[in-house]
Amino acid sequence: MPCVADWLNNPFSIVQGIFAQNVPNSDWEKKVTEYFKEKLKENNATNWVPSLNDVPVHYLKPNSLVKFRCMVQDMFDPEFYMGVYETVDPNTNARVLHFGKYRDVAECGPQQEIDLNSSQTVTLERQTFYCVPVPGESAWSVVVLNPQFYAYISASQARVSPSTSYTPSRHKRSYEEDEDMDLHPSKQKEQHMGSGSDIHGCVEPKRLETEASAGHHLISPNCSRPLDLNFPLPGEKGPACLVKVYESWDSFKVNDVLEVYGILSVDPVLSILNNEERDNSALDPMECMDAAEEQRVHSPPASLVPRIHVILAQKLQHINPLLPACLNEEESKTCEYLNLTPLFVSNFMSELSPVRAELLGFLTHALLGDSLAAEYLILHLISTVYARRDVLPLGKFTVNLSGCPRNSIFTEHIYRIIQQLVPASYRLQMTIENMNHSRFIPRKDYAANRLVSGVLQLASNTSLVVDETQLQQGQLDRTGVHNVTALGNLITWQKVDYDFNYHQMEFPCNINVLITSEGRSLLPSDCQVHLQPQIIPPNMEEYMNSLLTAVLPSVLNKFRIYLSLLRLLDYSISDEVTKAVEEDFVEMRKNDPESITADDLHRTLLVARFLSLSAGQTTLSRERWLRAKQLEGLRKARLQQQKCVNGNEL
Amino acid sequence: MSSPASTPSSRRSSSKRGRGSNPPTPQDARSPPSQRRRTDDSTSTGDLQPMPTSPPVDAQSPGGPDALFSSPPQFRHSAIPLDFDISSPLTYGTPSSRVEGTPRSGIRGTPVRQRPDLGSVRKARQVDLHSDGVAEDVVATDQSLGQRLVIWGTDVNVASCKEKFQRFLQRFIDPLSKEDEDIGLDLNEPRYMQRLEEINMVGEPFLNVNCDHLRSFDENLYRQLICYPQEVIPTFDMAANEIFFDRYPDSILEHQIQVRPYNALKTRNMRNLNPEDIDQLITISGMVIRSSQLIPEMQEAFFKCQVCAFTTRVEIDRGRIAEPSVCKNCNTMHSMALIHNRSMFSDKQMIKLQESPEDMPAGQTPHTIVLFAHNDLVDKVQPGDRVNVTGIYRAVPIRVNPRVSTVKSVYKTHIDVIHYRKTDSKRLHGVDEETEQKMFTEERVGILKELSKKPDIFERLSSALAPSIYEHEDIKKGILLQLFGGSRKDFTHTGRGNFRAEINILLCGDPGTSKSQLLQFVYNLVPRGQYTSGKGSSAVGLTAYVMKDPETRQLVLQTGALVLSDNGICCIDEFDKMNESTRSVLHEVMEQQTLSIAKAGIICQLNARTSILAAANPIESQWNPKKTTIENIQLPHTLLSRFDLIFLMLDPRDEAYDRRLARHLISLYYQSEEQMEEEYMDMTLLRDYIAYARSYVNPRLSEEASQALIEAYVDMRKIGSGRGMISAYPRQLESLIRLAEAHAKVRFSEKVETIDVEEAKRLHREALKQSATDPRTGIVDISILTTGMSATARKRKEELAQALRKLIQSKGKTPTLKYQQLFDDLRAQSDTAVTKEMFEEALRALADDDFLTVTGKTVRLL
Repeated sequence: MPCVADWLNNPFSIVQGIFAQNVPNSDWEKKVTEYFKEKLKENNATNWVPSLNDVPVHYLKPNSLVKFRCMVQDMFDPEFYMGVYETVDPNTNARVLHFGKYRDVAECGPQQEIDLNSSQTVTLERQTFYCVPVPGESAWSVVVLNPQFYAYISASQARVSPSTSYTPSRHKRSYEEDEDMDLHPSKQKEQHMGSGSDIHGCVEPKRLETEASAGHHLISPNCSRPLDLNFPLPGEKGPACLVKVYESWDSFKVNDVLEVYGILSVDPVLSILNNEERDNSALDPMECMDAAEEQRVHSPPASLVPRIHVILAQKLQHINPLLPACLNEEESKTCEYLNLTPLFVSNFMSELSPVRAELLGFLTHALLGDSLAAEYLILHLISTVYARRDVLPLGKFTVNLSGCPRNSIFTEHIYRIIQQLVPASYRLQMTIENMNHSRFIPRKDYAANRLVSGVLQLASNTSLVVDETQLQQGQLDRTGVHNVTALGNLITWQKVDYDFNYHQMEFPCNINVLITSEGRSLLPSDCQVHLQPQIIPPNMEEYMNSLLTAVLPSVLNKFRIYLSLLRLLDYSISDEVTKAVEEDFVEMRKNDPESITADDLHRTLLVARFLSLSAGQTTLSRERWLRAKQLEGLRKARLQQQKCVNGNEL
Repeated sequence: MSSPASTPSSRRSSSKRGRGSNPPTPQDARSPPSQRRRTDDSTSTGDLQPMPTSPPVDAQSPGGPDALFSSPPQFRHSAIPLDFDISSPLTYGTPSSRVEGTPRSGIRGTPVRQRPDLGSVRKARQVDLHSDGVAEDVVATDQSLGQRLVIWGTDVNVASCKEKFQRFLQRFIDPLSKEDEDIGLDLNEPRYMQRLEEINMVGEPFLNVNCDHLRSFDENLYRQLICYPQEVIPTFDMAANEIFFDRYPDSILEHQIQVRPYNALKTRNMRNLNPEDIDQLITISGMVIRSSQLIPEMQEAFFKCQVCAFTTRVEIDRGRIAEPSVCKNCNTMHSMALIHNRSMFSDKQMIKLQESPEDMPAGQTPHTIVLFAHNDLVDKVQPGDRVNVTGIYRAVPIRVNPRVSTVKSVYKTHIDVIHYRKTDSKRLHGVDEETEQKMFTEERVGILKELSKKPDIFERLSSALAPSIYEHEDIKKGILLQLFGGSRKDFTHTGRGNFRAEINILLCGDPGTSKSQLLQFVYNLVPRGQYTSGKGSSAVGLTAYVMKDPETRQLVLQTGALVLSDNGICCIDEFDKMNESTRSVLHEVMEQQTLSIAKAGIICQLNARTSILAAANPIESQWNPKKTTIENIQLPHTLLSRFDLIFLMLDPRDEAYDRRLARHLISLYYQSEEQMEEEYMDMTLLRDYIAYARSYVNPRLSEEASQALIEAYVDMRKIGSGRGMISAYPRQLESLIRLAEAHAKVRFSEKVETIDVEEAKRLHREALKQSATDPRTGIVDISILTTGMSATARKRKEELAQALRKLIQSKGKTPTLKYQQLFDDLRAQSDTAVTKEMFEEALRALADDDFLTVTGKTVRLL
């Protein structure tokens, strides 16, 4: 299909075509987006676009259309670029107009020069986001997302020698591509050397070398320190990317998850630029201070951090690949090019209750036979902050799972199971060392002018499992205290105060926190569930492993859809039920004014909400309310019991 | 006559206005500057004065002067240096052109200082000249029309521009001006003439011009200044210098006066900068985050031929010096060498400015922009300063390599600073109100005023406060008054010091009664709020500490929460968990509103005019209604008495309340965002309302109000006096006054009236009722708060101690007693129940009297 290949492999030719047709007015920009929107709407077209998440950069063709699913980690300053520029051929005086959009380097032919003072030049503005893959993204979501690239990933994970037939051929092509790229600047250089008077001429061969190495995806020799790609979570891999956004960048925020379609730019010239600047820095006092550092961070080698020039960008509500990207009616209109099936929801709803039962059973097993805890775990997993009333986040449901066996691999396995169910998760081991030494709060590094990420910079709806069973007695230092406070703030207010040195800035977040602990956690939580294991498996490891292998992948997928979907449903309470709940509360207070407080009502309302949602109901019914009360009663009774036990022990 | 020359010549001719010279011919325009420069050179080489920059005409012109005029294209080439050469007097104040014309010693003797802040991209614009033939024609026709000439590419006519500006300087009067720099100015005289006089006396050759003044004087001139700053400002310089040296011909200045416009009306947010602002005069505000070392920037390079000693100068062109490869004189290749100490340098500093946190939309990271400060402006600001910067916005293309035509399609942007204005420099001196005032649009003020006329405004506002928190109306009202604050009174001149205007509030009560939520709300509402938790904060974190900057090795005073919330509110959660030493710093802050620091050789007193909103939990997790406030929260009474209002947030137990609470909570859980917003006033309006009242309304006590206050105070004193206790102290009267003032502010009233006093009284009583009720007698007893114990309790304690003493004495001369035995005896003897605590207290009291000592289980008599 030459047509597909065209817009996919060489989008510039399309843009050039549209540009040439509409040149005097600025309509062409709109037309370009329209064109690609149309193209992507075609059936399964989105699947044709290679994803930077799955394919290593060096296997992708430069200047081709790619997609990238990522989180905005940092926003750089807006940059002004030449939207339209003119080149002049000094010999013939022929003038040609070019567009600078979607490009890093103003292109011009070997015989041409850019006329910087042309009246035709249009200066435009674009914004650069530093994007990283969604932190803590589960392995399954990548696999499901792009089956055709799955084999590919497993190959690249093995890494030693890419052995699929596909890879070498690709590699060869990209190699050629690079040579192509090299060819063209060097031609110009030759010209210059030919002109004789150039005292810089002697430097040229060296430069060619570095350029070539940059082109071949090695870390450039000038890069003395390895570049910190600034992933929020330790040990993350994946391509970080500089995403250049051309329109409505104000609507994007830090920590938003985006899916962008754009033109990949790994122009090796960018790396030369880099080197060039660094060479200069030795001489130029301007660069001495932090400019060099900033330069290093803001324009890293393109082979390491590729650029994407966005044609279409879209905020994702969720990152579960098993679900269509947008579920709301109105929103789906705006992103119809992604092939939505609104039917999807209703279909799934019909088989909701068996799925729920199965999930409950699965989790009950995982929690060693404790069905109450499993019930609460489901509620926790579908909780999400759906609104904020002044400062109060509504809908957060932090569960403290107490009574976990100490020093066993239990908590680790609980995390592994959650990891299997949610699209993004992270296990935070709350050891003294971790608290004292890791960076939780993102911090602005003014020298490099970037936001240095921290563990708590997570995308919405990430599951954060805090393992407090790991905590030993010991001394928390300054950082430790800060970290614990930040974690506490995150749980209570669902916000993280990023450290901007001279001031702090508040970033709201939406993170599901599950705390596993022996006794009551030192962190605040919305509800504490004490685990009562019914079975003690002799070999925990084996038990848990068999549990996971026993679940069919299709069932597992249903669980995943279930948890992601229910989070997005709307919910309301009818007047009638409101009355009943009111009565109930008054009654409860009458009977036991000491122990029933407004907090209890809050919590019970939350439980009722998630309970209804977990059954696929979007309004509260009387039965659900009673069931919620019952659950709360059971939970409290357990805590009471636990207190007594502890009391006796003391 | 070839037309392009008209531009330069017109400029020059205007600059030589008054000399009445003939209309210059192009030849005239071309040759004299270089000659003049030479002569000038000879006069001033001795002291190495900076001179009017002029490009090396000879070095750059492709041919001889004859060839120059032969063909248009070539001529255009020459037009660059030409134009620039002649514009240089314009740019730098025209000393050379006046050498003959104006033989005043003043202006002649005063050297010119280059303005790198204006000139750096100048040539890029000039080069435009050749690509655009049309404009030349326009100029040509202009010239033929006579003196109606404009600077190329602009609509600025130098002569009229200068005239207008001179008129502005001579005539502008703004009697209503309220600037902090106005001290010592006679507002009814032309202000800028006074400024010039100041320059004459002080010798600082900079004239700051408020663009707003210029705008009100001449709209068109203002527009020109904004659009073409690099043409217009030099004209202004010229105008100012002419006037100055006319008036003060003998004045000796370091260099000629430079005009520095500021406040380019629209103080822009960094986020709003867009490509249209390039090369325009802008004012933006922000915070300095880094500043570089001083950088000497070469303005003009001096080259000398190694072979024939021919010298030439090359001016900086877009940040680069083009080294001449061939000697003009002897035609030797690569013989020119740079002579460093004859080249000219100027000071330069790179500064990074970051958007101020208030300007930022939620969820985005702040933008930064690079500033270049030149000459005098170097090192004028430090990291951490909040500044308003006026300057010219620049964009420079980045070349991949100077020799290769590939250009990165991105521009580097920066601002050449012309004027700094610190927004927080006055903070330590205490008169920042004016500069920090939030600007309100007329209509916004209208809305606010309209709102203030509503009879139920107080209720409205208080219900808009943390709507998600149910009821606690009085507490919200109290906090509302705290947000408004009293009127600031300054009695320093009578030696009585400042009176506190801030209202401090303590909330105590059961855990889970949304105290923290209230605090969070307040913290988010006010622009200068700080939120700390008593648990984590140390005295250092609250006050200030001295830090050594790792780069500059300078000692820096880092301010803590209390200082940072100066003029704001400091919210302290878990007040009871704060350790003793930390709490002790609050004593000074809460009454004197200052903070004294003596650390690492820095001794100072910082202003901390902050209101404190604290929340404390009872010591035994649940509020014990049988105990007093002090007993419940275990805070020293010295601190408690500094709170104007102490509220108890308790969980009331009553059915109707429960019902309403339940409904409220449920509605929270399903009402949509919009519905909620309809019901309550939105937060920005509330914020504006408070900001407006705080900065513009300053109520004073009316006669009746003072009477009412006196009565209220006397009444309060009376209540207790019947039982031999004092129920009110002057501190309570002060509190009442503050509350009444704050209430008047809520109404936007300049006068405190009786209704204000009534409400203040009511709130105060309400708070007292809650916190200062003696649980044993049910009587409001202020001494619980002031001395930590109710009068009856104290009486009882004394009685018990006496009874115990009697008991012991009655036992005769036994040196030791059994503890338990004694306790039982006392219990048996007393007619009221004696708890173990009471007994221990009594023992302690006796021990204090040196009557006995307690060791373990035995009591030893002394």
